[in-house]
Amino acid sequence: MHRVTAISIVSALSITSLASVATGESHAEKALLDAIAARQAQMQLISFNMGLLGAMAKGAAPYDAATATAAASNLASVAKLDRSILWLEGSVQGQVGNTRAKAEIWTDAAGFNEDAMALETAADGLIAAAGTDLAALQAAMEPAGKACSACHEAYRGPKN
Amino acid sequence: MRRLRRLALLAVLLGGTCFWWLTRPDTLPQDWGADLIPDPAAGALVFAAAGCASCHAAPKAEGDAAKVLSGGHAFASDFGTFHVPNISPSATAGIGGWSMQVFAQALLHGVSPVGQHYYPAFPYASYGLMTAQDVADLYAYVMTLPASETASLPHDLGFPFTLRRGLGLWKTLYLPEGYHVTGDLSPSEERGRYLAEALSHCAECHTPRDALGGLDRSRWLAGAPNPSGEGRTPNITPAELVWSEDDLGAYFTTGLTPDYDSAGGTMAAVIRNLAQLPESDRRAIAAYLKRVPAIP
Repeated sequence: MHRVTAISIVSALSITSLASVATGESHAEKALLDAIAARQAQMQLISFNMGLLGAMAKGAAPYDAATATAAASNLASVAKLDRSILWLEGSVQGQVGNTRAKAEIWTDAAGFNEDAMALETAADGLIAAAGTDLAALQAAMEPAGKACSACHEAYRGPKN
Repeated sequence: MRRLRRLALLAVLLGGTCFWWLTRPDTLPQDWGADLIPDPAAGALVFAAAGCASCHAAPKAEGDAAKVLSGGHAFASDFGTFHVPNISPSATAGIGGWSMQVFAQALLHGVSPVGQHYYPAFPYASYGLMTAQDVADLYAYVMTLPASETASLPHDLGFPFTLRRGLGLWKTLYLPEGYHVTGDLSPSEERGRYLAEALSHCAECHTPRDALGGLDRSRWLAGAPNPSGEGRTPNITPAELVWSEDDLGAYFTTGLTPDYDSAGGTMAAVIRNLAQLPESDRRAIAAYLKRVPAIP
């Protein structure tokens, strides 16, 4: 009887430990998936604000200083989100989720940081320009677009 | 028995001769282009449209550095790794010693100065549709660029792909007879077809390939797996690419999509090239894309 109890305790313990290994793995994967979802939401906010500015810049929407300033301020805030908890190592294309993040984000962390800083700088520049006039906005859109493209060229893979 | 052996020998000889004949590299006459007047300024636009620097400049080279065609990019594929050569006008490391006829033979027929086939990673299947004048202009422009003494690396391929002679068969199977999109086209659509199918060689990435690396032309521009890694090159037929011609023109200039995503990956380099072309050329490519058969 004691023996049976011992066996059942041992098996119960091993099942628990096995289960915790399994959930441990899915916890890790969930953390990666959450970070991917969060940074995709960040990109969505960037494109939303860029869209408002871009429509004015190319004449598809009338220029409005207040809207432009608000969009540029949003863009600058979103661009500055702390990257350390968003770009988790391992959240890479082909490994997990539907991310298009290339391994170079981590193997060339300095280059990635430099490109991200270029967006922060361009977005800061847009705040002042957006409230000035249409010509200033149009000029300031160029470095912002270039910042998007430069980072996507080096660090984003093709569509999945 | 002796008769059988003789027959076998004859068959081998015949087979060999057939192979030799089918795989012989096409050459151009020595006086090719003698009647043309090359214009290097026009060649600069051909250079941009054909995307030469995207492969032949050093990796990550930008601005003026991208005009030094030292090579150095490596492209992984199912057949091995292709190393892009130096095509700067250095007489020793590059193509400085090439005549215009030799240059044209490389672009139009994919044949080297010593009469060997080039691998189709060099998109001569598209460049073969180039006009003689554009080839001459491009030659004149490339020869004005700075020389680089960087040595080219040999390709790193598995057997039997190391045997270049066999590429003659590949060419017989896959080199196009002419344009893919045919029919009644407006002058702008025709210009767009020339840019897209010959110079900018869109199909080389956007059309899927079969097991031998030839384009599956029944799925022209319908998207393809990325040969060098994860993800896919998108379908750009009207079945999926629903942007207006205005949107396409803007994308080819700024790299920004209608919903303010941006071009990335290798397309970012393509946009840098297209942005140098006249607005009418970018509109022409947009017009052409609207005439491509829709393939879901």
